[in-house]
Amino acid sequence: MRLLELEINGDRLHVAAPPHWTLLEVLRYELGLTGTKQGCDKGDCGACTVLVDGKPQLSCLMLGSAAQGHAITTIEGLLPAHRAQGGAGADPVQDAFDRCGALQCGFCQPGMMLSAKALLSENPTPTSTDIKHALSGNLCRCTGYTQILEAALLAATKTEEVL
Amino acid sequence: MLRLPTFQLHEPASLKEACALFAEHGAAAKILAGGTDLLPNLKHEIYDVDHVISLAKLPGITGFEMQGHDLVIGALTPLAQVATNPNIQKHAPALAQAASLVAGPQHRQMGTLGGNVMLDTRCQWINQSYFWREALGFCLKKDGTVCHVVEGGKKCVAAASNDTAPALMTLGASLTFVSATGTREIPIEDLWVADGINNKSARPGEILTEIRLPLRDHTHHGAYGKLRERGSIDFPLLGCAVRIDLDDADCVRDAAVSLVALQARPLLIKGVDALLQGLKLGSTELDQAIEAVAQLAHKKCKPLDNIPGDKDYRRRMVPVYVRRTLRAALDGTGPVHHI
Ligand SMILES: Cc1cc2nc3c(=O)[nH]c(=O)nc-3n(C[C@H](O)[C@H](O)[C@H](O)COP(=O)(O)OP(=O)(O)OC[C@H]3O[C@@H](n4cnc5c(N)ncnc54)[C@H](O)[C@@H]3O)c2cc1C
Ligand code: SF4
Ligand code: FES
Ligand code: FES
Repeated sequence: MRLLELEINGDRLHVAAPPHWTLLEVLRYELGLTGTKQGCDKGDCGACTVLVDGKPQLSCLMLGSAAQGHAITTIEGLLPAHRAQGGAGADPVQDAFDRCGALQCGFCQPGMMLSAKALLSENPTPTSTDIKHALSGNLCRCTGYTQILEAALLAATKTEEVL
Repeated sequence: MLRLPTFQLHEPASLKEACALFAEHGAAAKILAGGTDLLPNLKHEIYDVDHVISLAKLPGITGFEMQGHDLVIGALTPLAQVATNPNIQKHAPALAQAASLVAGPQHRQMGTLGGNVMLDTRCQWINQSYFWREALGFCLKKDGTVCHVVEGGKKCVAAASNDTAPALMTLGASLTFVSATGTREIPIEDLWVADGINNKSARPGEILTEIRLPLRDHTHHGAYGKLRERGSIDFPLLGCAVRIDLDDADCVRDAAVSLVALQARPLLIKGVDALLQGLKLGSTELDQAIEAVAQLAHKKCKPLDNIPGDKDYRRRMVPVYVRRTLRAALDGTGPVHHI
């Protein structure tokens, strides 16, 4: 076992985990943060996407230990961060996905929303092409992507309003 | 759920310490950079390793530096940075384009240029879970005695599938390896070996630290073309990098074409420069010579049923991608990609 010092959604946490555990396993099975999904577990699907210092990365291909020293954001972190910045209701990305019905089974959603969040933080006024590129590492087997694209565009307009 | 096998994790804080650990554990150890190739392969039990040596805490082998007439890229530099660095885009467009098309956005944040150079070969019969491989019957690359691609084959022909490899080959890159016994710099062309089990001549204990490119001026033209099923995530079904350098009179001074996702080594096509040299930009002769290069590549490239995608289709695509990528280099419209 190793004692890891992690920064997850703004909280400093100490957690013991075996060295061969991925960040995904630490999140789900040590910390109970099951919003991060375990899909293919080998880098193919993007369901396990988390933000590492604001950039989308795959937690199934990252050792828990490698997350130390970086700010990790999981889907559970969006709402508290939004509220802490004085926002009302849900995070604009989550709200837009909800309004657009951009989900069916919902399994891809946490990863999708985090990839969208990272894009909007860097580029608040993305084109459809920018969004397609940014979400191209997140697979959805249900929706056909149309509403997801709409949701990301809607979230972009709202982000502008907020700014 | 795919679990990693147990191993001892080392996180050395200096290159010297990393080399000492690698020297001590040799073949029982693997280097971990971005982990986007190593972790899936470990999960699939393709390696028997007891030690993983992470380079994450090493200082100074990330980033870009101009050194005299060379552009030096640290081996740990993420592909996302290679793709967007203005100097790479200017001096080595084929490399920037190839890096921009590796896997998906998350992999390019995590995956490093060094890890891409050192990527293991790929085959549809090996990049599978242990359960899957056991059910089919193991193969030469791991645990077995037969090859499922070449009947009766005695040599593994798994495909080099690293997008940046052909780009670095056309650019005449050299690689710096550091080990407990010293430093070695080799031209990238000398890295490859025609053996899918291990297609690299790097010795056990050697860590890739730098990728060095000769700087090129405004007369340099380069591009990368990638055939894949989907517009993202997929490994190449075929990758093609080209370089065309012009002289002051807009005539071809030098040229190179290299392809990947064929067999165990990336292939630099010999004789390309002789076909193109001296021909003027925009001339019919150059158009005809580009066609001749495409046909030469078709003759030399023989894809196998090692990776997904019908091998005859992939072979037919060789001249198409060589032709399109050469034109894209001259027109400055690369990369050649269906999306
Ligand atoms: C779904 C998926 C799709 C992918 N698609 C592509 C693709 O389209 N094109 C492509 O080229 N790749 C692709 N990859 C593979 C991978 O993401 C990239 O090749 C990446 O650049 C590997 O770099 P890394 O730093 O993650 O390597 P790692 O996984 O850390 O290492 C790869 C190998 O190189 C060795 N190694 C790494 N760094 C060094 C070093 N400095 N010195 C010595 N040995 C070293 C490791 O021991 C390991 O064997 C894909 C991967 C996945 C999971
Ligand atoms: S080429 Fe043959 S030996 Fe090599 S990985 Fe594929 S099936 Fe196995
Ligand atoms: S679970 Fe990580 S990419 Fe599929
Ligand atoms: S909603 Fe089911 S995978 Fe996307």
